[in-house]
Amino acid sequence: MATEPIYEELAGTCVDSHGGAIGMPQLCAEWMPNQIFWLVITLIVIYLILTRVALPRIAGILADRAGTITNDLAAAEDLKAKAAEAEKAYDKALADARAEAQRIAAETRAEIQADLDEAIAKADAEISEKAAESEKALAEIRAGAMDSVREVAKDTAASIIAAFGGTPDQSAIDKAVADQVKG
Amino acid sequence: MATETHGATETHAVDAAQGGGGLSFHPMDQFIVKPLFGGDTVTFITPTNVTFWMLLTVLAILGLLVLTTSKRSIVPGRGQSIAELAYGFIYKMVEDVSGKDGLKYFPYIMTLFMFIVVANFLGLIPGSFTTTSHIAVTAILAMAVFISVTVIGFVKNGAAFLGLFWVSSAPLPLRPILAIIEVISYFVRPVSHSIRLGGNMMAGHAVLKVFAGFAQVAAVAPLAILGVMAIYGLELLVAFIQAYVFTILTCVYLKDALHPSH
Repeated sequence: MATEPIYEELAGTCVDSHGGAIGMPQLCAEWMPNQIFWLVITLIVIYLILTRVALPRIAGILADRAGTITNDLAAAEDLKAKAAEAEKAYDKALADARAEAQRIAAETRAEIQADLDEAIAKADAEISEKAAESEKALAEIRAGAMDSVREVAKDTAASIIAAFGGTPDQSAIDKAVADQVKG
Repeated sequence: MATETHGATETHAVDAAQGGGGLSFHPMDQFIVKPLFGGDTVTFITPTNVTFWMLLTVLAILGLLVLTTSKRSIVPGRGQSIAELAYGFIYKMVEDVSGKDGLKYFPYIMTLFMFIVVANFLGLIPGSFTTTSHIAVTAILAMAVFISVTVIGFVKNGAAFLGLFWVSSAPLPLRPILAIIEVISYFVRPVSHSIRLGGNMMAGHAVLKVFAGFAQVAAVAPLAILGVMAIYGLELLVAFIQAYVFTILTCVYLKDALHPSH
């Protein structure tokens, strides 16, 4: 092959006549001082950039954020406590209102019950009064009806006797009717 | 196949410029360090493609962490979320792994992580140069971690730091042997620490180039392109995971330095 690594030549030039690498460029001692010089410069520059600007700034940002978060958390805690308090007050108001409503409802119910009882008693009295009256009227009517029946029976009996050509004996008719109707 | 390999020599210069071609693969050419403004010599301070891609890394970090957070919003946007996520990710990692007293070193670890993760991802731009694929770079990073951690260990604990190598929970006769093993493993740390990162980046990029080279043969091109896509997806994962691994190992070493007792 054209480019076999030739380690013997390392000490000499590191690049062949065509500009290709001879062996490992990593082992070329000729270039090392240059690399080391620039590496040291680079590291110093990076170190200065980091310590002077980047790291303090990032640390500041992170600290600010941590502070903000802590403050926000504290504020949130406060608000939460306030919310809990408000909820408690609300619950208490609700319970009070409910108790009041219950009390009013019970009072009203008692009043209504009293009125109702009174009305019922009155109605009962009226009903029994009316019932007694009706009873009386009914008895009167029943008595009246008995008299009428006797009257009609007597008249009918007298008329029937007269129709058969007899002379109606008023006292006998009365007695017979009274006997019949009684049963 | 044979003719293509034969003709490879002629087209080599062109191939090299394009970063590989024909069936003569140049998977390593992507790692060549070149001066930015012409010339052949790479001296200590020559601006090279290393310089360019490291500059882009710095700019990307600026954009990612500084520009996105310029509004400092309490409710973050997309960019700011990324910056905060990166910050929180590493901060928590340092805190969890190294402990509270490790947080003092958080900016250093964040520097390492941001450099590695951004350089790794920038390296996945086709045609780019991956700074973290070079052992020179990762070795410096690993040595920096190794030396600082060792120094911190001795400064914080004095001679008690050597207790790290003296496993007091082991039976007494075993302790000297364990101490030797512990010392060896301690000094191997920077080696594995650096080669793990550099090797992973280099291998992934080289494999991508090899697959891309195969794409020039019509018969296997569809397979090769699928392969490139699959490897690219894997490399996206590796780019993050290697940065993560490097950082978490740094945290582990730091923990050892701060609390050397087993």
